Amino acid sequence: MRFGIIIFPGTWSDRDCYYALHDVLGQEASYIWHKETELSGYDCIILPGGFSYGDYLRVGAIARFSPIITTVEQFAHNGGLVIGICNGFQILCEAGLLPGILLPSSHLQYRCQWVNLRVEDNSSSFTSRCGKGQVLKIPISHYEGNYYADEATIEKLESNHQVVFRYSTPSGKVTEEANPNGSLYNIAGIANKEGNVLGMMPHPERACESLLGSTDGNLIWESIIEYFQKKPG
Amino acid sequence: MNISKKNLDKVALSEKEYGLIVQQLGREPTEVELGMFGSLWSEHCGYKHSKPLLKLLPSRSKHVLIGPGEENAGVVDIGDGQVVVMKMESHNHPSVIEPYQGAATGVGGIVRDVFTMGARPIALLNSLRFGPLTEAHNRYLFNGVVGGIAGYGNCLGIPDVGGEVFFADCYSSNLLVNALCLGIANKDRLVRAKASGAGNLLMLVGADTGRDGIYGASGLASRAFEEELELRPTVQVGNPFLEKLLIEACLELAQTDWIVGMQDLGAAGLTSAVVESVAKGGGGVEIDVNKVSRREEDMAPYEVMLSESQERMLVVVRKGYEDKVKSLLDHWELHSDIIGQVTDSGLAVVKEGEEVVAEAPVNLLVSPPLYRPRNKKPAWLGELQSFDMCDVPDIKLRQCNSILLRLLASPNIASKEWVYRQYDHQVMDNTVVLPGSDAAVLRIKGTTKGISLTSDGNGRYCYLDPYLGGVIAVAEAARNLVCSGAEPLAITDCLNFGNPEKEDVYYQLNECIKGIARACRGLRIPVISGNVSLYNETKGEAIYPTPVMGMVGIMDDVNRHCTISFKDEGDLVFLLGPTLSGGKESLGGSEYLELVHGLVKGKLAIDLPLEKRVQQCCLEAIKRGIVKSAHDCSEGGLAVAIAESCVAGSVGFRGEDWKISERLDSAFFGERQSQIVVTISPNSITKLNAIARRWQVPLTWLGKVGGRCLVVEGYIDLPLVKVEKAWRYGLKQLLI
Repeated sequence: MRFGIIIFPGTWSDRDCYYALHDVLGQEASYIWHKETELSGYDCIILPGGFSYGDYLRVGAIARFSPIITTVEQFAHNGGLVIGICNGFQILCEAGLLPGILLPSSHLQYRCQWVNLRVEDNSSSFTSRCGKGQVLKIPISHYEGNYYADEATIEKLESNHQVVFRYSTPSGKVTEEANPNGSLYNIAGIANKEGNVLGMMPHPERACESLLGSTDGNLIWESIIEYFQKKPG
Repeated sequence: MNISKKNLDKVALSEKEYGLIVQQLGREPTEVELGMFGSLWSEHCGYKHSKPLLKLLPSRSKHVLIGPGEENAGVVDIGDGQVVVMKMESHNHPSVIEPYQGAATGVGGIVRDVFTMGARPIALLNSLRFGPLTEAHNRYLFNGVVGGIAGYGNCLGIPDVGGEVFFADCYSSNLLVNALCLGIANKDRLVRAKASGAGNLLMLVGADTGRDGIYGASGLASRAFEEELELRPTVQVGNPFLEKLLIEACLELAQTDWIVGMQDLGAAGLTSAVVESVAKGGGGVEIDVNKVSRREEDMAPYEVMLSESQERMLVVVRKGYEDKVKSLLDHWELHSDIIGQVTDSGLAVVKEGEEVVAEAPVNLLVSPPLYRPRNKKPAWLGELQSFDMCDVPDIKLRQCNSILLRLLASPNIASKEWVYRQYDHQVMDNTVVLPGSDAAVLRIKGTTKGISLTSDGNGRYCYLDPYLGGVIAVAEAARNLVCSGAEPLAITDCLNFGNPEKEDVYYQLNECIKGIARACRGLRIPVISGNVSLYNETKGEAIYPTPVMGMVGIMDDVNRHCTISFKDEGDLVFLLGPTLSGGKESLGGSEYLELVHGLVKGKLAIDLPLEKRVQQCCLEAIKRGIVKSAHDCSEGGLAVAIAESCVAGSVGFRGEDWKISERLDSAFFGERQSQIVVTISPNSITKLNAIARRWQVPLTWLGKVGGRCLVVEGYIDLPLVKVEKAWRYGLKQLLI
């Protein structure tokens, strides 16, 4: 299978995603400049973290108009897997591929730290290698990661099992102290209704080797790889 | 002479210097020439008071490829065809005036110094000094500086992996922001800041040129000032997004053969970038200011030449390759203008259209007069040093617990998590040891190697004894690297002092550099780059002399790195180096003496040969896999070092049979040099003994790791939770 990593001006997790996929997991991966409009030949598209266009306007609001986004929409519509990490999650929300918005953190500070994520749904293509309720140790690095959506949207997310990750304690308790940014209901990652588009604030590509403190991020990539291995045809 | 003292003051030139310019040119300089001389001959660009002293610093070793002053940053070979490129620079004066933008553009400037050479920046560190946070203005400055570093660095995607923060009254009106950047490059693709080859083109890339930052080098950084508000327009505003595009574009350019050199625009803007790169190339240059894209209308040539607008690069393009270079830059959505060309005239010629507005010999522009002012040991120094510690009452036995907690909560010792968690320290997937340890450790991808980074410099020590303070600054930085398992490789330094035209300040500068040089020779670590920041004083009050040592070390196997945290119950804790009863000298300049007794007095002491043996001993023990944790004793002394290792490992300590024959305060909180607390498994005791004996290093058994309390039998008994709370929230609670 083949991963495509989109680069917007200001993206910086592109190289880390490439490293985790190519150097650690031995997968085929290539970079895609945001002005391109062709995604054929790719199985999974990654919108990495960074500060697209400097985050000078509302985060993701400019990148959302990059030429590649129309193709990403089509790609997702046809059932392709799309994962947005950090700034990528923000762009997916701005593009309407995922509901809700990422507000500035409640403490109004940028935070880079390890967090614990409880896997809420392990039936998705992104989490099949995780156990339900398993706690993953993965770092965050953001200012605008405070997930918000109106009550009706949240209800739909919950009833459709679209909440994929929640910030928790190391033992899996969802508490206020475990929430690093004020996200509603400790939401750290959500999927679309169809389950083929995932947005998450934490950086799985940083938890790719024990030397760096955790390999839990690989479970997400390995789930995607497994999905394609099992996919008929 | 047809010029007023006021106009000379504006460009920070003396009447004598002006006379020299007239004599060498054979005429009065034009307005543009005067501005160019003023900035290039400023302390900031020309190092006229410090250059003769900097020559004392050893700058060579078998690893050094590029030493100080040769290029934008120093370069050391780390094997496998790779080099590290490293530089530290101050951005003190701008940050005093506008803390957020001052600190942000400090990061931007140091990062440009590194990628200009074709190296990808992979780490940032910051050494910061502020006045006490109990004053509202200092809190504003502190928040602004940390915010600026975070805002700029995070946007670039370069991890900020370490540094230090220190508070003292003398920094209230003169905070210090020293930023270090380290990059990595292939040895054969290093780019030089050289403009050579007549006919090659000068291309200005990145931001348009505005009126910001004029007089930054000459006005702001090269003289003492009384009134700060008027200088606000001399500070620049950063655009990290544009810098990120510049990084990617310039690193791609570095892989081509289309360019001769690159030079970023920093202090003194276009003037220094053009003149200094041409000086290295040995030729001349001709540029037309009308070709420079502007942010504002009606800018005079003088303003264009001296603007310090950020995020600009000068690329020297091989003739015939300009279209290729432009199309690469266009891809990254970067604006570029060809503004002139290299000549063989030996002259720097600036035109506005057809009119020549400046024409001066390149060599003259880059050769300011050098000064070695008089220096005299100030009388007050002797008085501080001769202070008798017997005048200070020792602490009582029952005070040991409470004073340890007070020290742990002191902002100089307490956790700096509030600061570094605002910096992205993990991007790039290299960070093995996060901020908060003695040194940060990064792995080098594609190899088994790791590098270790630290920055250190105790201004209080240098105030009490500039010479020994300089020695200790180097020794302590090296000790930090050794504790992480790395062999010290090279130094980049930032020398922050007051007004060098004053005898006592010049004495401090002189002595401190001599001390640094002594330690560099003793420990065999070269200085490969750095910067000098003088005139750090307001209304006649200078800062503590504050040399900051940024140091890089290397380890062959990054998996063998060491951290400060105590690991397993039952591990044995030893002290390498001078024993507990080291005399009352250890109180001189200590955090304890200032915090508890309000005194900054006393003598310093360090035995450099012993220091070297302690470091070699510790490094060998780590490399052989015997040592499970290592932490050097610094501010707060031995008790604080043990407490920090407990907190980092979430495990207690029990000290047994401590034989304290002298003062309690000195034993627990005295700041002796050359001490490292190490832990080992009980079955490694013979091996550690043998290594210590071979290096002739005193080895003292302190106790065992274990339990939920920090105990030194008969003296200290504290629950770990209480110890952790004091240390973890000491700084945070001041900021609520």
